[in-house]
Amino acid sequence: MYKYLIILLSLLAVQATSYASPEDTTHTHNALHESGDHSHGACGIEHETEFDAGSTALHHIADANVYSIGPFNLPLPCFLYVPTEGWYVFSSSKFDIGHHGTGHKAINGFVLDGGTVRRVADESFPKTEVLVDGFKHSDVDGKFVSHVCYNGQLYLTDAKSTADFGVFGGGITSFYDFSLTKNSTSLLLMTILLIWVFMSVNAAYKKRKGKAPAGLQNFIEPIFIFIQDDVCKPFLGNKWEKYLPFIMSIFFFVLVLNFYGQIPFFGGANVTGNLAFTMVLAIIAFLVTNFSGNGHYWKHILWPPGVPLYVKVILVPVEIIGVFIKPLTLMLRLFANLTAGHLVILVFISLIFIFGNSGESVGASLGAAVGSFFLTMFMMAIELIVAFVQAFVFAILTASYIGAATEEAHH
Amino acid sequence: MLFLADFSVIKPDFGLLFWSTIFFLIFWLLIGRFAFKGIANGLKERARSIQESLDEAKKARVEMQNLVSENEQLLAQAREERAQILREAKEAKDQIIAEARDRAKAEGQLLINNAKEAIENLKNEAMVDVKNKAGLLALEVAERVLRKELSNDDAQVNYVQTLLKEIK
Repeated sequence: MYKYLIILLSLLAVQATSYASPEDTTHTHNALHESGDHSHGACGIEHETEFDAGSTALHHIADANVYSIGPFNLPLPCFLYVPTEGWYVFSSSKFDIGHHGTGHKAINGFVLDGGTVRRVADESFPKTEVLVDGFKHSDVDGKFVSHVCYNGQLYLTDAKSTADFGVFGGGITSFYDFSLTKNSTSLLLMTILLIWVFMSVNAAYKKRKGKAPAGLQNFIEPIFIFIQDDVCKPFLGNKWEKYLPFIMSIFFFVLVLNFYGQIPFFGGANVTGNLAFTMVLAIIAFLVTNFSGNGHYWKHILWPPGVPLYVKVILVPVEIIGVFIKPLTLMLRLFANLTAGHLVILVFISLIFIFGNSGESVGASLGAAVGSFFLTMFMMAIELIVAFVQAFVFAILTASYIGAATEEAHH
Repeated sequence: MLFLADFSVIKPDFGLLFWSTIFFLIFWLLIGRFAFKGIANGLKERARSIQESLDEAKKARVEMQNLVSENEQLLAQAREERAQILREAKEAKDQIIAEARDRAKAEGQLLINNAKEAIENLKNEAMVDVKNKAGLLALEVAERVLRKELSNDDAQVNYVQTLLKEIK
């Protein structure tokens, strides 16, 4: 019994390091490294000595242009587009990635801050490969601002353009990032995995015709039948076969990416907890729903029958808003659930560092590790359920929206 | 609280939007068309074949039952036929025996009758013989009597007279 407990605790310790150590050690390391290597402090960069759980968690759920697994930083290809200058294509290894995904070099005016590519729009910043001295993060009116220190001077960096149009503090900036980021790479890997899995399962159905399922086929079949019989058939009526590939694609795509993001020691790519991904799925679901919508569906939205005129005045706008609210909730539900799960796990692990006061108090750190162990294990178990449930919910709601849009008149 | 990091996941960047769309569409179009349909069809096919096998098994069981009852029926019929054949055989036997007996009886009777007839004939012949012999004997006796009597003429004439008288 004790043996298992010790093994689990040591596992947790390793995991805690893999999750939280970059933030924890970066500053001490950076301070040592930078004070030794470069003339530093010229820009007045103060390194936070206190551990910031919030920043750590946000850093770890964010997308990045580098794939960090434990101490390894795997470089990823960067495809950057500046409307005034054109395309830049290079590997993110050129940034000379250090701890915390911080690049020691600037390439053509691009820098790597916290694993993410940013751009110095300032004309006086050199458009070649130069060494930079560090980044200064500040909070201006609740907005995250990052400056890069080069040659004793601070330059404002632009974040990549985002499609939220300022709603969440993003917007169109001086460049676009079409890189294969950590999330995009995870997407690519999982797409390849899924294609391989389903192609081989499909081949198994042809090869083992009339025989009992075996191997991978046996693993996929119950899940497939579950979605087919409990999602597609009840919600889509006699059209279930037409929409089965779409519902299945959504379900398996979300499911696999949910699980992939929760593999410990594997970078924890938070693809399904990124609004961009859920937005794409929601928009596709919206398009499929409304392009399949029949006359009956549109009539009920635009001119609900059997309703007095004064009710129609209220009902029709509500119905029209509802058409857009549905995919919006799909998008936000998946995003919020997965992001929240990742954040909570990261915060529980951060407890170890908060109590340990960044390594000053080993005793408190160990005590917190025991508490954090149980909290994290509990949360991970919950997250495994959430991963399945959210994929299922996304699929079942999409099926029900399509079902409602394709339902034949029955009165 | 000051977060010196960006809550970037809520800002959908164009790169991830682009790649998500590409990868999802590839997955949907490729696997949706080539694998999911095939798997769904495979499952349907198997469900159908299992249902068919069950139906066939049920049918076979019913047929088997029918066959068994048919066999029993045949057996009963055969048994009945055997009994009938035996009965008929017995009847035939009895009849044959009865007929034989009747014929034997009739033939016996015929033989007896023939024997009787022969005996009668023989008897008649014997009687005729006896009568002839007796006639001859009587004639001889009469001859001998007449020879003796007619030695005395007177008596003879008298006797002839009497005879003549009687004839007259």
